[in-house]
Amino acid sequence: MPEILYREAIRDALREEMLRDERVFVMGEDVGVYGGAFGVTQGLIEEFGEDRVRDTPISEAVIAGAAAGSAVTGMRPVAEIMFMDFTTFATDQLVNQAAKIRYMFGGKARVPMVLRTPAGAGTGAAAQHSQSLEVWFTHIPGLKVVMPSTPYDAKGLLKSSIRDDNPVIFVEHKLLYNTKGNVPAEEYTIPLGVADVKRAGRDVTIIATSHMVLKALEAADTLARSGIDAEVLDPRTLVPLDKEAIVESVKKTGRVVIVHEACKRSGFGAELAATIAESDAFDYLDAPIKRLGGAWSPIPYNPNLEAAWIPQAEDIIRAARELKERT
Amino acid sequence: MEFSEEVLLSMYKKMLLIRYFEEKVDEFFARALIHGTTHLYVGEEAIAVGACVHLEKGDLFTSTHRGHGHCIASGADVKRMMAELLGKETGYSHGKGGSMHIADVEAGNLGANGVVGGGIPLAVGAGLTLKMKNSDRVALCFFGDGAANQGGFHESLNLASIWDLPVVFICENNVYGMSFPVKKAIKAKTIAERSKAYGIPGDLVDGNDVFAVSDAVEAAVKRARKGKGPTLIECQTYRWKGHSKSDANVYRTQEEIENWKKKCPIKRFREKLMKENLLTREQAERIDQAAKKEIEEATEFAMRSQEPNPENLEEDVYA
Repeated sequence: MPEILYREAIRDALREEMLRDERVFVMGEDVGVYGGAFGVTQGLIEEFGEDRVRDTPISEAVIAGAAAGSAVTGMRPVAEIMFMDFTTFATDQLVNQAAKIRYMFGGKARVPMVLRTPAGAGTGAAAQHSQSLEVWFTHIPGLKVVMPSTPYDAKGLLKSSIRDDNPVIFVEHKLLYNTKGNVPAEEYTIPLGVADVKRAGRDVTIIATSHMVLKALEAADTLARSGIDAEVLDPRTLVPLDKEAIVESVKKTGRVVIVHEACKRSGFGAELAATIAESDAFDYLDAPIKRLGGAWSPIPYNPNLEAAWIPQAEDIIRAARELKERT
Repeated sequence: MEFSEEVLLSMYKKMLLIRYFEEKVDEFFARALIHGTTHLYVGEEAIAVGACVHLEKGDLFTSTHRGHGHCIASGADVKRMMAELLGKETGYSHGKGGSMHIADVEAGNLGANGVVGGGIPLAVGAGLTLKMKNSDRVALCFFGDGAANQGGFHESLNLASIWDLPVVFICENNVYGMSFPVKKAIKAKTIAERSKAYGIPGDLVDGNDVFAVSDAVEAAVKRARKGKGPTLIECQTYRWKGHSKSDANVYRTQEEIENWKKKCPIKRFREKLMKENLLTREQAERIDQAAKKEIEEATEFAMRSQEPNPENLEEDVYA
């Protein structure tokens, strides 16, 4: 199985879906000859031309709105918003239009669009170019939210997202673009709503999303050396959410650490914790649920401050040990 | 465009249907038979009818919170519209949308919209589909003067113009954005002149003259069908009723309202048709009765229809 970059996996998914279905097209800021701010769409304009790889002005509201409008009328757009922070401009079109069109119109419309956007800190881009805002979109009925952590997942999930008949917010992490992973050359897709156990373990479940999956795996290696066998579970898609996989894992381990990069307060971890607390897994818990997330401040510029803002492997290790020591 | 007598009479009937539909809705609200809110199109009928007469099969349009007129003008079924306003299962959205969310995507109606200016980017997307499919169909985009000050208006007109999309932007300037007069909301003399900023044609028309609206939209539609891109048309009109049901009209005088009522687009159209011997008094009376009857039947249908089943509450969230 060839090893490719996360960025390449996303590009391959776009390319394959554009070859497969002529209704699929890409639009966004600098996605053409520039190849996208993070190089994801490089080469697509040469292969598919300006009609299907559309450079737009800096106009996030109409990027999202035109994607929704073209989706309702028969196309399958993949829009790129250069930084997740700028989805703020696009929010009316995503939240009030794309998400609700089907329901408002009595089930007589489909909105098969994907909005890809890079999130995440760790690049020194500070407060307005580093946020992970996925939880906003998980709160909106009608939207799906996908957050892949590996090249394999990114490709398979993006293909499924493009084929899905609903608006999908596809959240990429900037620090993942240069990570490598095995991706089969042959065609595959990954269904939305299926979690993946990235590492099996017995003592504690670490539920991690996006770039935090890598940190959770790093933490699990260290924990293993001190005799704690951690399971790392990646939900991969937040909406739909694979509740069953989460409940099963927690029943097995009896301990949970939830970690995401977005601010801990009102982060998706709260939903995950509540899901576990409301489920059969509650009776299996040997310790309180532990949540880790970004600090309660805008994301700072200074590298040391920024690192302190983001949950680190050491934080995960400490949290897992605390839970293990309680019982 | 020279319309046949048949088309002219059908346009006349549609204007009456809109008027009587809205009056019935107004009455229902007064009697608390409809909940929520509604925005009535009374006084603005010439715009929807003058524009939608140019819609052909495969054409698309987006509407506004004041959207009943566009629906009726495009040929929507008033029974299903009234049922939707009463929240019934037989309504266009099975009672889940209400007044502000009536759509018929199959028929090209991409929906009314509860968000001021919310439909403008969607119309651009519809235009993009048509362009990418090399179709000669067009998308009409209705919005009000208030929407012209939303950021999405600028983004949308800019994108549609640089991509030469087949979109006709039709601004219904009814003088007030809720209570705020357009004169205070916009420094420029007209909204139409904003077209210059996008390098596209702009047209200013009397929105109470169905022929003036029709001529402007016809030219813009022709242009769009030929791949020459969008046009901005400002139709100046007046909203007779309050912004919504809770409006006490404190921001304008009764005199102003009465003056505009004298410029009634339906009366004007009727007089013109009669003057040109295209309509007799008896014919006018017959059409009037037929329109009233249709609204009565729609009302009866809506009243008789079933309530939606609460078990379907979470249905149709996802495809």
